[in-house]
Order: sequence, then C-alpha cells, then structure tokens
Amino acid sequence: MQEFFQQLANGIAWGSIYALIALGYTMVYGILRLINFAHGDVYMVGAFAAYFLARALGVGTITSASPLMAALVLLGSMVICALLGMAIELLAYRPVRRSSRITALITAIGVSLFLENAGILVFGADPKFFPQVIAPRTITLPGGVLVTNHQITVVLVSVVLMVGLTLFIQKTRTGKAMRAVAFNRDAASLMGIPTDRIITYTFALGSALAAAAGFLVGLTNPKIEPLMGIMPGIKAFVAAVLGGIGSIPGAMIGGLLMGISEYMVVGYLSSTYRDAIAFVILIVVLLIKPAGLLGRNVTEKV
Amino acid sequence: MIAVRRILGLLAGIAAVIGLDWAGRLGLNPYIYGVLVLCAINVILALSLNLVNGITGQFSIGHAGFMAVGAYASAAYTVYAVPLLFGPGYASSAWLTAGAFLLAILVGGLASAVAGFLVGLPSMRLRGDYLAIVTLGFGEIIRVAILNIDAVGGARGFAGVPQRTNLAWVLGGAGITFVVIRNLMKSFHGRALLAIREDEIAAEALGIPTTRYKVTAFVIGAFFAGVAGALFAHYLYLHTNSFTFMKSIEVVIMIVLGGMGSLTGSILGAILLTALPEVLRFASSLRLIIYSLLLIVLMIARPQGILGRRELSFPKRRAPEAPRPTPAS
Repeated sequence: MQEFFQQLANGIAWGSIYALIALGYTMVYGILRLINFAHGDVYMVGAFAAYFLARALGVGTITSASPLMAALVLLGSMVICALLGMAIELLAYRPVRRSSRITALITAIGVSLFLENAGILVFGADPKFFPQVIAPRTITLPGGVLVTNHQITVVLVSVVLMVGLTLFIQKTRTGKAMRAVAFNRDAASLMGIPTDRIITYTFALGSALAAAAGFLVGLTNPKIEPLMGIMPGIKAFVAAVLGGIGSIPGAMIGGLLMGISEYMVVGYLSSTYRDAIAFVILIVVLLIKPAGLLGRNVTEKV
Repeated sequence: MIAVRRILGLLAGIAAVIGLDWAGRLGLNPYIYGVLVLCAINVILALSLNLVNGITGQFSIGHAGFMAVGAYASAAYTVYAVPLLFGPGYASSAWLTAGAFLLAILVGGLASAVAGFLVGLPSMRLRGDYLAIVTLGFGEIIRVAILNIDAVGGARGFAGVPQRTNLAWVLGGAGITFVVIRNLMKSFHGRALLAIREDEIAAEALGIPTTRYKVTAFVIGAFFAGVAGALFAHYLYLHTNSFTFMKSIEVVIMIVLGGMGSLTGSILGAILLTALPEVLRFASSLRLIIYSLLLIVLMIARPQGILGRRELSFPKRRAPEAPRPTPAS
C-alpha cells in the first residue's frame, strides 16, 4: 500500500506538468483546430530560459537559493515563452490560417523541427544541469510516503496557475472573448471581437503555461536538453485528447491521469512500457467515448 | 496487342531495373547508391500512405509502426525460419537466396497487413484528428512492444540480418507499388475511395460500404509499408529507433509536400525529402535548421504541395480523336 501511495504522489507531481502542457494544446486546438506540434518545444525553450535566467541571477553561486529567486526565474521564463509563442503564431501560423488544416499541421511540425535544431545549435546537444533554485528537502508524509519539496512546489504552482487560468477564462473580458472565438470564430468577429489579437493572446497564454512546466520539470528532473520536449509534448497532447480536446478541465484531468498511470506502470510493471501506456489508455477511452472524457459530442450535420 | 505490349513493358521494366542496378554498382560511389536505395524505400512508404491519406482522405500518422512490423517479421523470418526451410547452406545458391528474400518481403508485407487490419478495424470508425492521434498511438505501441521482444534483439537492435537489399529490389518494389496503387485508383474500387475522400456522408448515402473500404485501403497501405520495412530491414542495421513517430511524420511530410492524392507527387516528395538533408550536408550544423525553415516556407508559399492533385505524365502522342458528339443543349 505504501508503494501505491508513493507512486501516486510521484504520478500527481508528474501529471501536473503534463496538465500544464496539455492546457496550451487544448486552448490552441479549441480556437484554431490546430495540433500545435511545436508546443512541446516551447516547453523545452521554457526550461532553457529558466536555466539561463537562474545562471544570470547567480542562483547557488552569488545569491542563495530562495523562493523569491525561484518566482523570479519562473516569471521570467513565462514572459520569454509568451513572446516566443506570439512570434510563432505571427510568423508561421497566421500565413497558413486560411489553408487546409493539414498544411497548418505540417507547418507546426516544421516549427517544431526548427526549435529543436535551433536548440541544439544554440544550447548544445549535451544535457545541462538545472541549478537548484530551491534547496532540496525530503518530507515524509504519514504512511511512509516520501516526497520532495520540489514535488510539492510543482503541484502547488500548477494548482495556482490552473485556478488563475480558469478565473481568467471565466471572469475577464479577454477570457470571454477567447471562449467566444473558440465557439465560433466568424460570429465572434462579427460581434466586434478582434479575433486575430485574441488568437495571439491564446498562444501567449498557452506558451507561458508550457514555460512554467519547463521550469517545474527543471526542478524535479534537473537534466535538460534540446530534445526533451518531444515525448512530453506528444503525451501532453494525448492527455488533452483523453480529457476531451478543447476542454480546459479535461486537459487537467487528462494530464493527471496520464502522469499517475505512467508511474503505476513504472512501479508495478516495467519502465520499458512507460511510453506505451499513454497510448493504450487513449485508445481504450476513445473507443468507448470518442470525444474524450469531458469532450462535447458533435453530431454531424448533413 | 495490348497483352503483348504489357508483357514487353514488363520485360523492359525488369531490364531497366537490373541495368540500373548494375550501372549503379559499377559507376556510382557507394554513398550515392545508398541514398538512392533509401529514396526508393521512402517512395514505397509515401505511395502506400498516400493511398490512405491522399486517396481515401483518412488522416493516418502511424505508418512507421507498420513499417516496423514488416521489418521485424521479415527479419525474424530470414534469421530463424529460412535456414530451416531452405537448409543451412542455402546462401551459396543465388536463386535460393533471391527466392528466400522474395518470400521474406511477402512475409513482411503480410504481417504488416494483418497488423493493419487489427488496427484499422477499430480506428477507422474515428475521424480527423482523433483518427490521427490513434494511429500515432498504435505506431508507438507497436514500437514499444517490439522493443520488449527479446528474440528480435529488444533494445540492442536485431543483429545478424543478412544484407540482401540492393537497388534492383527496391526499384522493383517501388515500381510494383506504383502500378498496383495507380491501377487501384483507376478501378471501380478506387472511385469508391475517392468518393469517400470527397464526401463520406454522400458516399455512404450512395451505398458505398465506407468502413469496409477504409479498412481495406488501410490494410493495403499497411501491406506496402511492411514491404518497405522488409527491404529496409535487409539493408541497414535494424533497431526500433528507426521507427519512432518522427519517421511517420516524415512520410506524412513527403506526401503533403508532393501533393496529397497525387501519386507522382508522392514519388517526388519522397525523393526530395530523402535527398534534401544529404544535399544540405555542406551546411553541416545549420542543415536541419535550413530543412525545417524550407518546410515552413514551402507550406506558406504552396499549401497544396508541389503538384497539388495533379499527376506528372509524359506527353502522349495523340491518336486521331474520334469526333466528339456535340453536347445536347
């Protein structure tokens, strides 16, 4: 039983990271019906932005590790990635928005390959060790479950960001506009909503969340490299589909489910099957509920 | 007359393939020869995926999985079954070797077709992005499953597969794939597939059993992907890392770049995308950055692909046309 709760704790921490990435996928998909393949690489850039920011601030060498420094690094990398997301949308996706969806998809793959290879060129292909912006500590929970304060930080930051995102989408004017554009872009544009600007905001928001995921992964798994975004990216997308793509709570649930099931497989089966379990769950869910767990069933009109 | 011409055409094709192979081995340096072999394998992959994506209009991105099934099934057959069936000394006879290899290719194709049927039957009920992500998922599941089979090397890769593939085999394979898919496209059944692409609901309303056709197209596509895998397995060192979802994506890029639904476009796209990274080698570390930027620019400049839905063809000498009936007005 202790083993089970241990894997559950690890899975929740890792699933929160998937959930943060999945939110960006689901928001962009909801608005553009585009699988933004480059999203996983934005997460990679987020991790590197945090790495270089922490180095520039001299965390661990000049200044001591503190929650303030961590918050600074986190916000900095989120801003950098928000700008990157806006740039990607402007330069690559906007010109193909009127083309077929598969054209947009291949463009997204092109952007993904570009970010990966530019990452190898700029950051180097060898893994970098993420500086410890928060001093590590292990905490024993009742029942003998061991968690690190990094894992707790991951879960707390994710929860704060998700609550913030939900409030933003539900309560602000921009959030309302986002929902309107996702519901029907043409109608929204007729109602005077600047759809282009709203789409850009969506990319900025999604990329900022990916950057936060990158920072958090740097805390818990401190080895970062330019190709680190491929697998988490694809699995986060699977998580978004699992939860019902376009649905924000769906992405959160899908991410958590994905993280927990991965750790259960690692704990009880074998770590070699870790990469397959995500897809097995996806296929089973889609065959039973084709629109995902929380997705809306769209009936086809003739 | 037509039969004679067909047989002559076939013989000419075989002669050309063998001639090209000899010329290749004598005249080309091994590097270019190797690139040509990979080009032809990728042509088979692109053509077979085009049958599913371009002609039937279903969006599958798990082709590398079927390639992997074909590769490992044929390699396992060559390594474990052939010495038993043909006797251990079979390799001394050129005819036996060729026969065993031909069988290996068929084994690869058939194994992959079976996998295609098992995957296609449930997933062909899904549409659009859901279908895409499920095929991607199956591709990854196949790869991870193979990675866990120790008899075929697992994570070490499958050592000891003899190198049998040469330019003649791959060119022959690409030629057969092209002819089969082109003839299929021109046939009654091909029209049904095109109808499904254009409007699935209308096709269904006209009495076309859409799911059966989609699964059939998927199975045929998987068969040829398996053939490509078999050829690949007997050429380069076999490891599951060759069949990640990036390989599937690469094949999708080939057919989109060439023009979805255009067979000659697929051939063009496959050759371009195989040769391009090699041509860009002079740029060394900038190579893949240029490659990805070219991809983005091409998609922005020519979203329908290089050929769109058109086909390249040699201009035909026109037979004097029968006078057309004037359209009734």
